Amino acid sequence: MSAILQLTPEGKLKHFLTIEGLDKSLLTEILDLAESFAGMSDQQVKKVPILRGKTIVNLFFENSTRTRTTFELAAKRLSADVLSINIATSATSKGESLLDTIRNLEAMFVDMFVVRHALSGAAHFIAQQVAPHISVINAGDGQHAHPTQAMLDMFTIRQIKKDFAPLKVAIIGDILHSRVARSEIVALNALGVTEVRVIAPKTLLPAHVETLGVKVFYNLNEGLKDVDVVMMLRLQKERMSSALLPSESEYFKCFGLTEDKLKLAKPDAIVMHPGPINRGVEIDSKVADGPQSVILKQVSNGIAIRMAVMAMAMQPQGTSA
Amino acid sequence: MKRIQINHGRIIDPANGIDRIGNVYIADGKILSVASRPDGFDADIQIDANEQIVCPGFIDLSTRLREPGQSRKATIKSETLAAASAGVTTLCLQPDTMPVIDAPAVAELIKDLAEKAGYPQIHPIAALTQKLEGTELSAMLSLKQAGCIAVGHANEPVKNLLILRRAMEYAASHDLLLMLRPNDYWLGNNGCAHEGALATRYGLPSIPEAAETIALSQCLELAELTGCRVHFGQLSCKRSVIKIQQAKNDGLRVTANVAMHQLHLTENDMTPFDSAYHVLPPLRTEDDKQYLRLGVAAGTLDGICSDHQPHDLDAKLGAFPETEPGISALETLLPLLLKLVADGALTLPEGVAALTSKPAEILGLQRGALTPGLPADVCIFDPKAQWRVDADHWRSQGANTPYWGQTMQGLVTHTLQAGRVIHS
Repeated sequence: MSAILQLTPEGKLKHFLTIEGLDKSLLTEILDLAESFAGMSDQQVKKVPILRGKTIVNLFFENSTRTRTTFELAAKRLSADVLSINIATSATSKGESLLDTIRNLEAMFVDMFVVRHALSGAAHFIAQQVAPHISVINAGDGQHAHPTQAMLDMFTIRQIKKDFAPLKVAIIGDILHSRVARSEIVALNALGVTEVRVIAPKTLLPAHVETLGVKVFYNLNEGLKDVDVVMMLRLQKERMSSALLPSESEYFKCFGLTEDKLKLAKPDAIVMHPGPINRGVEIDSKVADGPQSVILKQVSNGIAIRMAVMAMAMQPQGTSA
Repeated sequence: MKRIQINHGRIIDPANGIDRIGNVYIADGKILSVASRPDGFDADIQIDANEQIVCPGFIDLSTRLREPGQSRKATIKSETLAAASAGVTTLCLQPDTMPVIDAPAVAELIKDLAEKAGYPQIHPIAALTQKLEGTELSAMLSLKQAGCIAVGHANEPVKNLLILRRAMEYAASHDLLLMLRPNDYWLGNNGCAHEGALATRYGLPSIPEAAETIALSQCLELAELTGCRVHFGQLSCKRSVIKIQQAKNDGLRVTANVAMHQLHLTENDMTPFDSAYHVLPPLRTEDDKQYLRLGVAAGTLDGICSDHQPHDLDAKLGAFPETEPGISALETLLPLLLKLVADGALTLPEGVAALTSKPAEILGLQRGALTPGLPADVCIFDPKAQWRVDADHWRSQGANTPYWGQTMQGLVTHTLQAGRVIHS
């Protein structure tokens, strides 16, 4: 259903809601297009006219700096008119429903919504409700999906590792609440890596997590052995107050990534993090700023990936992409 | 009152072990005979039930009609029309109306509205605690005298086990039945989907089976301690069925029901994020569904309820976790029962019993059977007739059903409540 909703009858991207249901060739198409955009960043003129005359609204029902900014830059580099609305402090706090907010913005002749929302399924709901010419990009919905984050991470991995097939990837931390983890797992498996591992205490793993196509480790040292890619997840402070963990320091002791622990992974392993980083909670500063870290590269790649996804999703409506 | 003769239908009356073709004779609002024509009987109304099934009217153990308080969702008028068209002649009403059914005046208001709607067979379930806040006992005896058939707690948590114990002791003192949906509020963790592979995949806050089974176990212990009669409603998982059977083997005075949709739908039937499938307790696994079906067939689960919960459009428009749970279920009750029979899960008489004689027994009602002398609550249906779930055929004010647009088999042609034709 999700796959059907986000693809045109010809199999082209219409919305970008989840990685689920997208095949390797489509994911590769996104990565290839992003690569062509990535080259532009060094040039004097960083703009292309692909979405000239189009209006894109960034609709953030949840706070975000990195994702919103890169979406905004991506839209501007495609020459679209872009408007960012922080709904967390706007209409819905006045009691307006999600649907009313969408309807009002729709009436302003918007072509695309980029949506972040605290509830799983919000982007699906909006995609079902908007007028047929409008595209919806999911910039993170609850604990469900964050597909552009997953794709920019795939892009970063491909830049460095070239081929997905031989890779073993470990995702460490709060899998239970992480939309990033869910999208990464689907993307990595679709692109055909050897193994995806999740490493976390049971309190931070969803029930039947193995059904997502991952190998489960409760011990960081065992899980890190021989991996090529180490993906760290942010640990939210509220996990302590809801009795999922005893303390930040105990978490760091068990699951924090330090230089010593990183040595268990392959010598050329890369370290990733979707940000924002909690230094000394899930990752030691020496690792975050160290030679194996690609964390800032991820941020730069976010722009190219978001340009690619926006351009592709607008293609069925007739753009020059 | 009119004399009615129902001709040549297949009479299914589980309480009396009847399953044969014949006539039913009704006079003065009561069943007169289901065998030979009484001497001098001269019918005012003849109903041809050829090729149809004639059974007692259905008794629904759990419904919400949304009135008083939420008439934007539904009214007693709209929902009793739906009930009548579905062959349902008796409705138990959960106490979470607005205001809550915790005072005789509210129960009396509901009874009044039911009379005005021409459907007097609505039985309010009284709130076990004041305002359903789970802390102070309601005036259960007064509520019983005002017409409440049982006490219950809807979806609200009782604050602690001591309060539940005392409430059960007090209810037992007045021989009140406690109707409870077992659910540990904290383990439920504000979830909206079964804690399984699907919730994991879609990142939905989830509810483990243990939220139900732990609450069930605790309440079974308290039933033993207090001697309170307990009816467990809307059970959703295999382990609950096992626990109920164990309790019955141990001689506890407990009974149970399951919502019809739990016998048909599982988490795998959910279209991702389709709020029509948002129910509490959540749709669980295929294994649970099969075991619930076995539980009904074996009589471990005594009754089947509709768990009717009509909603306005807005309640179901939103991201899945923020939508309101519940299905508008009265009108699909019979077709889904027939589907159970077609699937071989139940015989038709077993299915009819789960909707008639067994709920009557649980509630202590002199209804649910075609015994001469009982009020003539009768449902006549064509088991082969097909109809589409759409705006032309739907009567409930709530269109929130996962079956919208689908074709159903089984159509009620006549419904009689105490000898009065309330649907034809």
